Amino acid sequence: MDFEFGDEQRMLKDSVDRLIGPAYDDLMARKRAQQEPSGYSEALWSKYAELGLLALPFSEEQGGFGGGAEETLIVMEAIGRGLALEPYLASIVLGGNFIRLGATAAQQAALIPHIADGSLRLAFAHTERQARYDLFDVATVARASAGGFVLEGDKSVVLHGDSAGKFLISARTSGGRRDAHGITLFLVDASAPGVSRRGFATQDGQRAASISLGSVELSPDAVIGTVDGGGPLIEQVTDIAIAAVCAEAVGAMTALHALTLEYLKTRKQFGVPIGSFQVLQHRAVDMFTALEQARSMEYYAAMMAGETDAIRRRAAISAAKVQINNACRIVGQSAVQLHGGIGITMEYRAGHYFKRLTMIESLFGDTEHHLRQVDRSGGLLEAA
Amino acid sequence: MDLRFTASELAFREEMKSFFQGRIPAHVRDRIASGRHVGKAEWVEAQRIMNAAGLAVPHWPAEWGGRGWTPIQRYIYDEEMQLNHVPVPPPFGVHMVGPVIIAFGTEAQKQRFLPRIANLDDWWCQGFSEPGAGSDLANLKTRAVRDGNEWVINGQKTWTTLAQWADWIFVLARTNPEARKPQEGISFLLVDMKTPGVTVRPIQLIDGKHEVNEVFFDDVRVPAENLVGAENRGWDCAKFLLGNERSNIARVGTSKSRLRRIRELARIVPAGDGAVWDNEAFRLKVSALEIELKALEMTQLRVVAAERDHGNRPNPASSILKIRGSEIQQATTELALELAGPFALAYHDAEAEIPNGANDLPEGFGWADTAAPEYFNYRKVTIYGGSNEIQRNIIAKAVLGF
Repeated sequence: MDFEFGDEQRMLKDSVDRLIGPAYDDLMARKRAQQEPSGYSEALWSKYAELGLLALPFSEEQGGFGGGAEETLIVMEAIGRGLALEPYLASIVLGGNFIRLGATAAQQAALIPHIADGSLRLAFAHTERQARYDLFDVATVARASAGGFVLEGDKSVVLHGDSAGKFLISARTSGGRRDAHGITLFLVDASAPGVSRRGFATQDGQRAASISLGSVELSPDAVIGTVDGGGPLIEQVTDIAIAAVCAEAVGAMTALHALTLEYLKTRKQFGVPIGSFQVLQHRAVDMFTALEQARSMEYYAAMMAGETDAIRRRAAISAAKVQINNACRIVGQSAVQLHGGIGITMEYRAGHYFKRLTMIESLFGDTEHHLRQVDRSGGLLEAA
Repeated sequence: MDLRFTASELAFREEMKSFFQGRIPAHVRDRIASGRHVGKAEWVEAQRIMNAAGLAVPHWPAEWGGRGWTPIQRYIYDEEMQLNHVPVPPPFGVHMVGPVIIAFGTEAQKQRFLPRIANLDDWWCQGFSEPGAGSDLANLKTRAVRDGNEWVINGQKTWTTLAQWADWIFVLARTNPEARKPQEGISFLLVDMKTPGVTVRPIQLIDGKHEVNEVFFDDVRVPAENLVGAENRGWDCAKFLLGNERSNIARVGTSKSRLRRIRELARIVPAGDGAVWDNEAFRLKVSALEIELKALEMTQLRVVAAERDHGNRPNPASSILKIRGSEIQQATTELALELAGPFALAYHDAEAEIPNGANDLPEGFGWADTAAPEYFNYRKVTIYGGSNEIQRNIIAKAVLGF
């Protein structure tokens, strides 16, 4: 039973906080980064690479640093606090973990050096218009052909899909539209014939893309993992990503709560700081309570992300997402209300945190979806 | 970071579990498991069994029967007690006056009182709240005046839990009405309930039960040696005691047991062609509460692990245990009430003054008459021990720096 970071983790945290913490302190700097072609700062992404963050999840044999869910938590908290724009979640947490867990040694050897140096960015092209949060609802098909496979279908809200060099695309190779079995994951070049993408800005200042796949021809070595066996891999990597966004949310909420406290103590009305009013103090306490309960579940998710029993992992990760979602709502809305008008402007950080927290709520499944997952997994009370 | 308990902690858990299951009589544990109250005899029986095994006061110093356990062992001990439906030793002795005597008492007071507290030879009650001193405890009016070798007490205490069973009461009384601040003129006195002038009047709570009382002091003469700590320094004892009162207030084990029971009962309570458990809306409420409880358990473990690593350094997370713990306890009683459905209506109390009839509940609903009383009774948990609004004031000041 230990909730503290080890020495190496503390060193990682120090350097990550130094890099990501102040990068977007100035909202004008953030806006300039958003105006770059990729939608984020290329210079900062290179620094992520220099620090080794882009190689973090890979094992040492694979050319990485063997970081697990706790190291990811450290990076993602900093990203949340710093309102960072870079595609760490899309490219490293999702993309990197698919490569780490699903790719062959030859695929890893070919890809990881380019992921680690920042030149290759990945995006997970999975969500479809009918699927809502069902990870196994895949209508995109990959028909077997003489040369391998032919992909046909459409993917929606692909996180950072417009700057990715390669996509991890889920497609159905057998079974019915919503079967867990029969999904295969393919690594596809963004420039492959038949692939078209339309990038767009997201509510939280980041980027995403819609992707159309029209008769995209793939060789058999494009498969990541096993043919028809992509379902469990998708579920496992998504759970890792959920634990990561829980950490991002806690980072963002920590910063937003601190910002709100500072405002309450300095903003004066009726001749006194508004934080002297009990009704506002109690609301700040309720934010704190929600935040600390969320932090507890952030740690729980990180510690359970590697659990091999898929049902226990499902219950734990979904429980964490429910708790974090509820906290995002309480902390986000309260922070805006306690700030008053300044909380709903683009000129001040509070609104930007609120927007990111709001988008996190529906990322990888909303509250109701994950509540149902906890119920289906048999709940959280282990046998006495 | 590591969620796992060590092998020795797991072995300790097994040891506690087998002790509680093997040694605390089934008739006592079954009563608690079914949501019913136990009487004084059962409390005493259970605590004496624990004391004989050295398990009644493990948190005390070794010379008074403590075990020198780690914070994690103490957590496991508390949790196993709750999970196995053991009557938790009444806090008034082992968690309140006992530690005060250990910290502030004389050697003679320790010799006289501590062994009897550990064995529940003396049942203690808490004389703090008064009609005019609830959340504002320092406003208390009960007076103690020195007369030779005695203190003479006049005044009234209220909300005194289980005073009807008590042999002794610890009392905060005003000994210097002229003090600069209200907190500075208060002393901490130990009073034998058999002393002439002590009168107990029961207060019936909305569950129909006699749990709390008013206690009146009418020229009650107490030997001077019954003062704990220095004269007019009783507030130090009170603050120390209230700090202890908040430990283990989260009651994670108790809430787990209740949720487990709700899950079991929901599978057998009929609804439509099946059971209540077939209703997803009900199940999702159970899941939502289990998630809140898991978060609270993790918060409690963070506090316990930090206590192990850093000693008693104040931990911001600890202050939310009372607020969320009490709210979750109440939510479990709400769910049980909902589960009982129409059969929550029947009132049954063998000791009631108003005849309540046969209480003829259908088969499988024998438990249902406890649902509403538990729900009514548990409104207390967000009120006692410093109301949740007072807890918010404390967090606002001590943690958020307002």
